[in-house]
Amino acid sequence: MIEVSELRREFKVATSKGLRRKYKTVTAVDGVTFGVEAGEAVGYVGPNGAGKSTTIKMLTGILVPTSGHIRVNGVDPSKQRRDLAKRIGVVFGQRSQLWWDLPLVDSFDLLKSIYRVSAQDYRTRLDECVELLGLQELLITPVRQLSLGQRMRGEITAALLHAPELLVLDEPTIGLDLESKERLREFLSDINARRGTTLLLTTHDLDDIERLCPRLMVIDHGRVLADGPLEELRAEVTPERELVIDLREPGPAPDVPGVTAVRSEANGLRHHLTFRRAEMTAAQLITQVVRQVEVHDLAVVEPEIDDVIRKLYQRQVAQDIRR
Amino acid sequence: MADVIYPRLIGARLRSQMSYRASFAMDFVTQVIAQWYELIVILILFTQINALGGFTRNEVLLMYAFAGAAFGVADLFAGQLDNLPTYIRTGSFDVLLMRPLGTLPQIMCSDIRLRRIGRITGALAVMIYALTHVPIEWTPAKVVLAIATPIAGSVIYSSVWVVACSVCFWIVEGREFANAVTYGSNAFTSYPINVYSRPLRWVMAFIVPGAFVAYYPSLALLGKQDPLGLPGWVGWTSPLVAALAAVVAGLVWRFAVRHYRGTGS
Repeated sequence: MIEVSELRREFKVATSKGLRRKYKTVTAVDGVTFGVEAGEAVGYVGPNGAGKSTTIKMLTGILVPTSGHIRVNGVDPSKQRRDLAKRIGVVFGQRSQLWWDLPLVDSFDLLKSIYRVSAQDYRTRLDECVELLGLQELLITPVRQLSLGQRMRGEITAALLHAPELLVLDEPTIGLDLESKERLREFLSDINARRGTTLLLTTHDLDDIERLCPRLMVIDHGRVLADGPLEELRAEVTPERELVIDLREPGPAPDVPGVTAVRSEANGLRHHLTFRRAEMTAAQLITQVVRQVEVHDLAVVEPEIDDVIRKLYQRQVAQDIRR
Repeated sequence: MADVIYPRLIGARLRSQMSYRASFAMDFVTQVIAQWYELIVILILFTQINALGGFTRNEVLLMYAFAGAAFGVADLFAGQLDNLPTYIRTGSFDVLLMRPLGTLPQIMCSDIRLRRIGRITGALAVMIYALTHVPIEWTPAKVVLAIATPIAGSVIYSSVWVVACSVCFWIVEGREFANAVTYGSNAFTSYPINVYSRPLRWVMAFIVPGAFVAYYPSLALLGKQDPLGLPGWVGWTSPLVAALAAVVAGLVWRFAVRHYRGTGS
């Protein structure tokens, strides 16, 4: 579905103002190589400015690469932008492709004409999205009056009316409340499973990845740092997990071999313990802890995606230095 | 099939405007008045003088009306290019690039402002008055020329608009420059060009082909000699100039969009 090799993209950035501008070249995407098979759901994550959006723009034909090779659906995006546009759907979380002042359904109707969808297909696809995303009440509302969450559901419907084989989503859940996020994730995972629509989404939200994407690609400073299932990456770069326990009575942290009490809070009511993934499971640790102290509540904390990415990045830098 | 979509995009835009009825009505009236503003200037001018550059009041009104109608139609379709900086800055231009349609027609259909019909209506009224009050020896060819002139003129203006606004792909705040060229050339073409200084005349007549919007076709209709010495058939070439301008504009736009996709700024 997607083939990318040695993809590079440079930008010229003005470093001084005035008539005699000086420019320096910034490499936003620096030799990225990956492939996505039909039917996959891939999360593309990285901090701000990592090169995610630039990659997406090149995949969709909006930007022309500086060098490298891209094929999406067997097509070179920058050369056959319009052909590709008919076969992929794109959702940008922070910009809209709907007609602001018109009722939502009018936007769908226009897109039907733009993508030349037959009346019958349009009906079926629209009905499906309307039902699954709960849009019935919103169809006659002008887009400008929709909440962000409602609008996002509209955007995703808009991107699916021409039944694209690939759906690219740039920060689809940004700014949404938990319920809206959950609803979107459920819907996306459903169309991925049932229709076999390939998903590629960029996000800051670890939960998006956890719920939606069996595969995660981490990019930073324009390079792919890791590519694989989330669990694998997490285990690989952050071998330590954390158990937080709240005691009934203040007291010292339980002493379990191989476990470090990193800190305690609330005068000894709460303790943070770290343990190594490879040495014991959370269940084993909990069994030992409750033997020693009376536990009121506990939680296993997995490392945040930001930590995972930071660790991946540090590892990359270390490798570069060694080389 | 593909041609069905643009009228529908325009229709959508019109419906959007109707969702703000009161402001629409007010804008419409303002536009009619704005178009007659310059008419009043010309009328007052001719209470003091009998001829301007060798042309009578009604002859000048004919040029003014041709220019006004052409500009009005161009403004209707190409005026939304003034929003290009906003499209670029907010990333809406990327949304246009995501669709299986050309970017230029999408922008042109994006914001047809009906109130601008006020401007065209005003100009057409003056045109009918002028055409019936100037000495023209009507022939079938001249009838065709009189009808073709505002059409060719609006193509010329639209092309100028496209070229001028393409600057915004390089300088995002290039709108001031673009407006100077587009609105400036409208002011220019409303009068006989021989009243202007030679360098300005050359630029506006041949680089920005503004003189072909109203001046040369009017000469041909009136059967007058060009005070600047160009042969009489020049007045009949406006449609050709318009076609050429459109081709140039298309090429410039394509080049500009290629630059945008190359820099993404």
